[in-house]
Amino acid sequence: MLKKSTGLFALFSLVAVATGEDTVDFNRQIRPILADKCFQCHGPDEETLEGGLRLDLRDSATAEGAVIPGNAEKSELVARILTVDVDDVMPPAKVKKPVTKEEAELLQRWIDEGAEYSGHWAFEPVKTVDAPTVKNSHRVKNEIDRFILARLETKGLSLSPEAAPGTLARRLSLDLTGLLPAPDRVRSFIQQYQVDADTAVSDFVDELLASPHYGERWGRHWLDQARYADSNGYTIDGERVMWPYRDWVIRALNDDMPFDEFTIRQIAGDLLPDPDKATLVATGFHRNTLINQEGGTDDEQFRNEEVVDRVNTTGAVWLGLTLGCAQCHTHKFDPITHKEYFEMFAFFNQGTDVNNTGATVEVGEGEMFLKNPDPKLVKALEKAKEKLAKLEATKAARQAEWEKSVLELTDSATIAKWSRVKPVTFLAEGGGKMKLQSDDSILVSDAGPKEVYRVKLTAQKEPVSALRLRILPHESLPKNGPGLASNGNIVLTGVEFFQDGEPLLVKRAEHDHAQPGFSGAYTIDGDPETGWAINIGKETSAGVKMNAEHEIRFTFSAPVAKGKPVDVVLRHEKNANYNIGRFAWESSPTEPAPMRDESLLTMLRIDPAKRSGDEKKRLAAEFAKMDVERTMAIGAVEKARNNLGIGRPVKTMVMRDLEKPRETFIHLRGDFLQHDEKTGPLAPGVPAVLPKLPEPENPDKARTRLDLAHWLVREDHPLTPRVTVNRVWMRYFGRGIVETENDFGTQGTYPSHPELLDWLARRFVAEGWSMKRLHKLIVTSATYRQSSHQEGGSEIDPLNHLLSRQSRIRFEAEIVRDAALSASGLLHAGIGGPGVMPPQPEGVYAFTQRKVRWVAAENEDRYRRALYTKFYRSAPYPLLTTFDSPDFQSVCTGRVRSNTPLQSLTLANDEAMFELARGLGGRIMREVEGTDSTANRKRIRHAFQICFSRQPSEGELEFLAGFQELQEKAFAKDGKNAKKVVPKNFPGSFPVQTAASWTAVARILMNTDEFITRE
Amino acid sequence: MTSVAQYETRRHFFEKCGVGLGSIALADLFRQEARGASASDPMAVRKSHHPAKAKNVIFMFMAGGPSHLELFEDKPKLREYHGELPPDSLVKGKRFAFLGKGAKILGSDRKFESYGDSRMTLSELFPHHRKIVDEVTWLRGMKTDVFNHGPAKLFMNTGFQVPGRPSMGSWVTYGIGSESRDLPGFVVLQSGPRGPRAGNALWSAGFLPSSFQGVPFRGSGDPILNLTNPDGISPERQRDFVDAVSALNQERLGITGDQEIATRISAYEMAYRMQTSAPELMDLKSETQATMDLYGATPGGNSYANNCLLARRMVERGVRFVQLYHTDWDHHGGPGQTLGKDLEKVAKEVDQASAALVLDLKQRGLLEDTIVVWGGEFGRTPMGETRDNKVGGRDHHIDAFTMWVAGGGFRPGMVYGKTDDFGYEVDDGAIHVHDLHATILHQLGFDHERLTHRFQGRDFRLTDVHGHVVQDVLV
Repeated sequence: MLKKSTGLFALFSLVAVATGEDTVDFNRQIRPILADKCFQCHGPDEETLEGGLRLDLRDSATAEGAVIPGNAEKSELVARILTVDVDDVMPPAKVKKPVTKEEAELLQRWIDEGAEYSGHWAFEPVKTVDAPTVKNSHRVKNEIDRFILARLETKGLSLSPEAAPGTLARRLSLDLTGLLPAPDRVRSFIQQYQVDADTAVSDFVDELLASPHYGERWGRHWLDQARYADSNGYTIDGERVMWPYRDWVIRALNDDMPFDEFTIRQIAGDLLPDPDKATLVATGFHRNTLINQEGGTDDEQFRNEEVVDRVNTTGAVWLGLTLGCAQCHTHKFDPITHKEYFEMFAFFNQGTDVNNTGATVEVGEGEMFLKNPDPKLVKALEKAKEKLAKLEATKAARQAEWEKSVLELTDSATIAKWSRVKPVTFLAEGGGKMKLQSDDSILVSDAGPKEVYRVKLTAQKEPVSALRLRILPHESLPKNGPGLASNGNIVLTGVEFFQDGEPLLVKRAEHDHAQPGFSGAYTIDGDPETGWAINIGKETSAGVKMNAEHEIRFTFSAPVAKGKPVDVVLRHEKNANYNIGRFAWESSPTEPAPMRDESLLTMLRIDPAKRSGDEKKRLAAEFAKMDVERTMAIGAVEKARNNLGIGRPVKTMVMRDLEKPRETFIHLRGDFLQHDEKTGPLAPGVPAVLPKLPEPENPDKARTRLDLAHWLVREDHPLTPRVTVNRVWMRYFGRGIVETENDFGTQGTYPSHPELLDWLARRFVAEGWSMKRLHKLIVTSATYRQSSHQEGGSEIDPLNHLLSRQSRIRFEAEIVRDAALSASGLLHAGIGGPGVMPPQPEGVYAFTQRKVRWVAAENEDRYRRALYTKFYRSAPYPLLTTFDSPDFQSVCTGRVRSNTPLQSLTLANDEAMFELARGLGGRIMREVEGTDSTANRKRIRHAFQICFSRQPSEGELEFLAGFQELQEKAFAKDGKNAKKVVPKNFPGSFPVQTAASWTAVARILMNTDEFITRE
Repeated sequence: MTSVAQYETRRHFFEKCGVGLGSIALADLFRQEARGASASDPMAVRKSHHPAKAKNVIFMFMAGGPSHLELFEDKPKLREYHGELPPDSLVKGKRFAFLGKGAKILGSDRKFESYGDSRMTLSELFPHHRKIVDEVTWLRGMKTDVFNHGPAKLFMNTGFQVPGRPSMGSWVTYGIGSESRDLPGFVVLQSGPRGPRAGNALWSAGFLPSSFQGVPFRGSGDPILNLTNPDGISPERQRDFVDAVSALNQERLGITGDQEIATRISAYEMAYRMQTSAPELMDLKSETQATMDLYGATPGGNSYANNCLLARRMVERGVRFVQLYHTDWDHHGGPGQTLGKDLEKVAKEVDQASAALVLDLKQRGLLEDTIVVWGGEFGRTPMGETRDNKVGGRDHHIDAFTMWVAGGGFRPGMVYGKTDDFGYEVDDGAIHVHDLHATILHQLGFDHERLTHRFQGRDFRLTDVHGHVVQDVLV
């Protein structure tokens, strides 16, 4: 059922495999027995040590005769495991771990052979090994195959034949990008393959590794380890913004950032000199920890939980060690002491975040994917932001000034004297017809989309202080106008004034009425995305109507010279039809008073110190409307961002350390309230069994996460390279060379191919920690390319530890959806950005404290890859967890794969999956025309190519053709249902019942085991 | 199991198609199915460590933390010292979720009386519980470690206060599988105004395979997600669909030799059966009026009473572990959280049906095989909590609270454990959450120290490194 068999089982089988060999190998055969049966009381933990005997150290084991090298018979250890005396037998009966007969024999042989110890293999340096020679050298594609074949040949086995080229194409595409290959690409691959198989594979692999979807596919594996999610976890589970981190991961992988750099930036990017923004975002890795927002929570407790999680995650991801075991006491099996645990803890105990959002940086959509941005544009954005920041800083003062000016202007000052201005010339660039009316207004008809109007206004006899744009209703306009949108609305995005070709500066643009979010001020902010509109909103005063006369007054910074015409441009850049239908201009030689609003004036007259909260809010809002300078500055920032290709900004969590470090103590029994004062404060450090940290340059300065990060990826690290290549291997073969990919300690399994593991680890480091090179090496090997079908060999190596065949691997949850998306033809392949909401079944929140407002996207976001589906830890998207996606409460280095009825229900009935089945039905009808039996068979063949990258067998073809006919007949009798299941927009040449039957066929293909399996 | 009628339909279908798949042996297909669960079926019934006293568990989880001092414990001393500060010896070194220094003793004005042979004390809030005083084991000395809802609920369910560990239901189905062939082995039901805090982590399988996670059944609409055919797919089309998928899978099984495909074929069959059996389970029409009245259940809708009745129906159908959540027991004293009418409301919602479940199981002979557990994540403080300047509630209390257990070899009519005069500390008969877990597992035939799963290098178990079987409360 579960592909991830337990480590212990594998261990026994390996012990058995090894029995026939010459001398007993301590690491492979003896240490696992001692670790499992003895170390509990005779291991590294001094607290539980019995009789002072440590069996993990040769000196201790041989000191008192427990082990007498060369003499098993006299050794106490042997006597105690063989005795039938219940009081003496070891391990004691209550431990319930008796030593088996085979194990006892091995122990005796080992002692007789001299009881040699060697250090635990994983803590020893990575060896330099050469690939062995093999008999079947014709099968060798690269060194990997030599290691694999050498083992197989000792058992009289060999590799399986190469998988069919179509299967291979599908395997490569799924493994490297997580998407089904297009049938055309498979066809061309096969053609090339038949000429030169190795080149075809190599070229295809290069193409896939260069695809942006590679970063998505392998990013998802990494995000599991980073326990990335879009919510805070625990009971409240509020939404958080971490997707820029996800985007950073995708980008870094696509760029093939070397793994050492990839590591350093995520663990300690903030501590690098002058980190850029992307490097700060990378530190989000350790900000993916949970935050408990429940009332009455002790933040310090949950801060400690976060630090514990950071330590354990670092241990699991890079070291493949179960450091968490040493949180409460010295590790029972591995040489990691309680103290050492908290020395690691000290690295992570310095964060400014205390069960809260903590430090953030601002990131725009798409920003993590910017490639070589123009430095000028970057500078422009910085400048625009600076300007905005300055305005924000002076907001209070400017508001006070504005308040004063409003009162003064209203109390004393000028009144506008408006007089009609006749347009001299006028033109609608989009082809709209303009007609001058008797009242000097212009009426537009037959406007083009997103019209630009150009109007020349008659020269005035006096200097012009202000111009007023009036938009007017007319019976010829939709709902009487004044706009040309079907409801009479407009969106006027830009108004520009010129005299003699020189732009005229406007200092105020005030509307009489504006739709919320569409202020008149937006007409002069230079942003084509914002503008003035007039629909009615919640905040609109009673009595105001959209379909009525409205106006904006533009007050110039300096009066405009008399005697010369003024040119005006009106732009409608946002929506196609939202153009003005009728408008007129008026000018005033005097400056108009700000719009008169009695309630506002009353409020302004209240002493600022005595204003209520509501009054303050209202005034701030009024000022914001009038604060053209700021509106323009915001517009300028947005524009600068757009120029760079960056969208809406968000704040994402990053790591930051305290100025003054926290003291770290051992937590007795793991309880954060019980500091071990006796041992005293600890300096950050790493376990002694592993390589030492380099001497610090400045001995007074405590070591930091940056030191830890560099240490993790030092070239001679015994664990990081092994652990990393092992996990990559695991994704390709369903199992690591070390099966317990998360435990390289003494309790873990011994590698099935230790030499290969070391060879790969060395090569990985030697090739600059390049992930893409590692991938290419593995997937071009004959070992990877062989068939996954089970033929022979199964009795000698039933679990396929020796890799005499590939494995059939059911897709990860996300890829189940992604494959269906790519088969349906509906996939929207955009990369990155905020999470999305595809349809999900009703009732997901029946059991959660907080209900998420899940509104299924109706646009392209409905069809994004599952990696972008918003993930709420308390109520994840059901398809994901049903297919064994973890809930990201903590690190997940390898997923289990189950096979359950709930999965069947999801594939069969889930609304989102059924929609994709309909999509596939529609696709094959569009791509293969005709309804006769030849066309039907051609269509089935095409569907097989899409779904399985292979041709159907004769049996499958005839079976499905028969099935389709049967469904067609059944749907013919049930037209009502047929209409419900037909693909959207299916070609009109197909009758309804036929279209429905193709949905049924597509649904079957998508529900087969083969569809969701990489063969 | 395949009925003859189904077999005929199937054969008819295949004949009608005119062709068979070359390598499909129909006989094989049906043999596969007749075997029901394949060898790798995670829910296959497995042997426990020792002969079990009970087969099933129904856990009625009172989310929020019911006040033992308003329901089960009459403490005259609280009334005597009402409004005074508690003695230092009680509160020194204690931490609470919300209570500050200076919280004062709150006497309960509920009326209490002792009932039955057990002389168990019950307040006026639980009149129906009087009928079961001699049927259940009263645990007055419950203790837990954590005082926030989410972590405390996790602790009661998984033995750990941080999410990510398997829940008790997962451990049990992991250990002995399930007897139901067409329903999940571990089902969760919910009633009350909102879901319980910590959500799915409470019935998560943690690091166990996800097949062992609790399956939430909804009281209205589809009880299980995706149980209904897509709109426009009739039952006949669905049957065709399942048959055709099986046929293609069978073909692939022949070619690849991968037994995973056999498991998938069974999974589709079980899913198909579930589509019928789950709605049948949820439909209370077949229950007699007398039974409906016993529980206070009403057809349709989603209530605690209906859920109790459903729990019995599930156990009857072989579901191994049923967990009911009823929320809104968090009586701090704020609006909607008073020990007055708000407590009365929720007490009334659960009193009758909780008792009815015990009585109904007993009369059907199911109680001896079924452990029924009732309780929340913690109790409530003897001191009152001031919210909105009124003393009308209590804070979370971890040092003493009451739960009850019935059936499954627990001693009926026993009042076990005693708290001090303030209901603050347990004087005698303390049962820690780990002990409760150990004891329940024991009755199901497990040695709680041996029901383990290796994860990240360590053998994990429900009881961590703690837990003792409380033999005193067992028959």
